[in-house]
Amino acid sequence: MPVRPRPLSPHLAIYRWQIGNSLSILHRMTGVALAFGLLALSYWLVSLAGGEAAYGEAIRVLTSPLGWLFLLGWTFSFLYHLLNGIRHLLWDAGYGFERNQRQVSGWVAVIGAIVLTVGVALMVWHGANR
Amino acid sequence: MSLRSPLGRVLGKGSAKEGTGSWWAERVTSVALIPLTLWFFFSLLLLPSLDYGTVKTWLAVPWSSFLAVLSIAVLTYHSYLGTTVVIEDYVHATGLKVLSLLTLRFLYVLCGGAGIFAILHVAFGS
Repeated sequence: MPVRPRPLSPHLAIYRWQIGNSLSILHRMTGVALAFGLLALSYWLVSLAGGEAAYGEAIRVLTSPLGWLFLLGWTFSFLYHLLNGIRHLLWDAGYGFERNQRQVSGWVAVIGAIVLTVGVALMVWHGANR
Repeated sequence: MSLRSPLGRVLGKGSAKEGTGSWWAERVTSVALIPLTLWFFFSLLLLPSLDYGTVKTWLAVPWSSFLAVLSIAVLTYHSYLGTTVVIEDYVHATGLKVLSLLTLRFLYVLCGGAGIFAILHVAFGS
């Protein structure tokens, strides 16, 4: 019988992409993004302690067009990592492993994060133009 | 019956019995971060403005500074545990791995320490 070399473990090159692995990768990517967000948060706090001039400079950097883009990205990352993190905690506790539960909770996490991000952006937009 | 080899037993090698430590800490910190980060996020979002005076007055309130210090401390630890796993997963060369893990650890202490020091500075005045 001819022996065909078999893949030893799921590998990116042969893995069939689906919501499960995509959201898992997104969880890690948003986590790394949030690590840089933590750096920005610390910088912002240090500028606050540094006095009015330093704080003004931090706000100027963070509300530049690029700054807004990063803030929007961090907002989505935070909300997604939070919702998907709760999903992971439920799995760790032994719940939600059925196929449809996994898919529904996955869509709730990703769509919920997008909706909440838009909501937060609208709140900020409304506040800035008050 | 033990599954350990005689040589392994003599050398005292085996489970260090602390392999799940960082895994568990990641979960415990994530549970703590649900209320902490929601509080931090919505406090900032609901402030009437983010100008210097408003933010400083808000952060100087004992409850705010206390919860902000807790948030930064737990966030720093959680983020450190997470990014450590990322480096362990993708950096394979031993020297580079040790160097990046060490650098990462120093950066987190620096970043978290600076954040907490800044909050205390605001809370207790200059």
